[in-house]
Amino acid sequence: MDAVLDNLDIFREGFIQTLRLSLFAAVAALILGTALAAMRVSPVPPLRWAGTAYVETVRNTPLTIVFFFVVFVLPQVDIVFSYFTFAVMALTIYHTALVCEAVRSGVNGVDAGQAEAARALGLTFSQTLRLVVLPQAFRNVVQPLGSVGSALIRNTSIAAAFGVQELTGISQRLTTANPGDVIAVLLAGIVCYLVLTLSLAWAVGLTERRLTRTPR
Amino acid sequence: MSIVLSDPPGPRGRRRILIASVVAVAAVAALVVLAVLRLSDKGQLDGEVWSVFFDEPDLRTLLWEGLLDTLRAAATGMVLAVAVGTTLAFARQSDRRLVSVPAAAVVEMLRGLPLLMLIFFAYLGLPQLGVNLSAFWALVIGLTAYNGAVLSEIFRAGIQSIDKGQTEAAAALGLRGTQIFTLIQFPQAVRRMSPTLVSQLVTLLKDTSLGFVIGYTELLRQGRSAVEFLGGRYALPVYTVLAVMYIIVNLSLSLTARWLERRQAHRLGSSAPILLDAADAAGPVAASRS
Repeated sequence: MDAVLDNLDIFREGFIQTLRLSLFAAVAALILGTALAAMRVSPVPPLRWAGTAYVETVRNTPLTIVFFFVVFVLPQVDIVFSYFTFAVMALTIYHTALVCEAVRSGVNGVDAGQAEAARALGLTFSQTLRLVVLPQAFRNVVQPLGSVGSALIRNTSIAAAFGVQELTGISQRLTTANPGDVIAVLLAGIVCYLVLTLSLAWAVGLTERRLTRTPR
Repeated sequence: MSIVLSDPPGPRGRRRILIASVVAVAAVAALVVLAVLRLSDKGQLDGEVWSVFFDEPDLRTLLWEGLLDTLRAAATGMVLAVAVGTTLAFARQSDRRLVSVPAAAVVEMLRGLPLLMLIFFAYLGLPQLGVNLSAFWALVIGLTAYNGAVLSEIFRAGIQSIDKGQTEAAAALGLRGTQIFTLIQFPQAVRRMSPTLVSQLVTLLKDTSLGFVIGYTELLRQGRSAVEFLGGRYALPVYTVLAVMYIIVNLSLSLTARWLERRQAHRLGSSAPILLDAADAAGPVAASRS
């Protein structure tokens, strides 16, 4: 237990680092993933193909491989950032595909009659998408996006293997420094993750209840 | 898909789509050309770098052994995860709160944890409790704990999507709770949830790559060792080949599942509506893959 109590400030640092990784990657993946979903439902075939190719490739590749490409291949072509930035890039590349699929399932979940009505009113493709379909799609998509967010928080742990001192990284470091207290240290790390993922799940549930209560 | 958002385009719409297509192709091509130029500028596309797979027979052996180790861990993890997932789903269905509440707590906790922490727990924590594990088993236990919890939720969603009348009919015939679960609910749940199930198994297979962190000699670890031995300029070809290997294995897993499903649908004849149901039921859990 002492190893945990003596190192609370180190745990706090790791917690903050995990939060920063999650937030930066979440914002970037949300923007890019939504754009990718728009590509995949657009009437322009090459955009659809490019979107599908991206999603299928990334979804079938382990996140660790994405990390390897970013961390070890980019420097070969003289693109060098800090490990933290590299980690955010890798997490963004991977979760963009997951966000895209979540948003797309939401778009497909919107009743076709809504879009037909919008078109009957003379709205263009982009107006239909922006004003009618996407707002409703996002309501459908709170839950799946929440799952993607939870996956993102959990996946930030992989950054530990690439020199980012976030929760998993510092847990591992502290277990090496305190071989007698391994279980207490790991449990402390686990509790920190549960705080993050369970509060996200709670927020998602709250948002969903709020959205379904408002009149459509 | 686009049917939802726009009418079949008229002549003007078709012209606009054509123009947009040309622009899109040009943009994608420009990106690719830029990347290729950059790569060849840095000597990353030299024939000598890429022919390493022919020049070094040891590299081929190394990657092949890595692939076998990856598949071994994945297969063991899959079998155990399905067993654990079934048990947890069954426990959570139980009428006894003493059984169902702890099961629910375990599932929620395991689902909210990074797999890497679970693997560390098995690898670094269990020896403290007197259980010494090889890297293989630490990896497999981590995979089993996490995916067992996720699979149990998938099964549960599938069970909840089954008509209540089925359970009632089974109970009326005098079947016990266990029999209802194993004979009536579970087989149907598995069939309904098979698309979600397969995508979770693909996730499991991808996650075996975390074994490299604890020194298990799976595909990624072998690739990394190779690059460390050969030098950083071989990073691109080696990791590209690794990615392609993972993609091929995962896609063939998905294709096999789809083939099995079609064959089953063919044999059972009546499963068209079941497949539609599965798409609905898969909704809330479908995105839970990580």
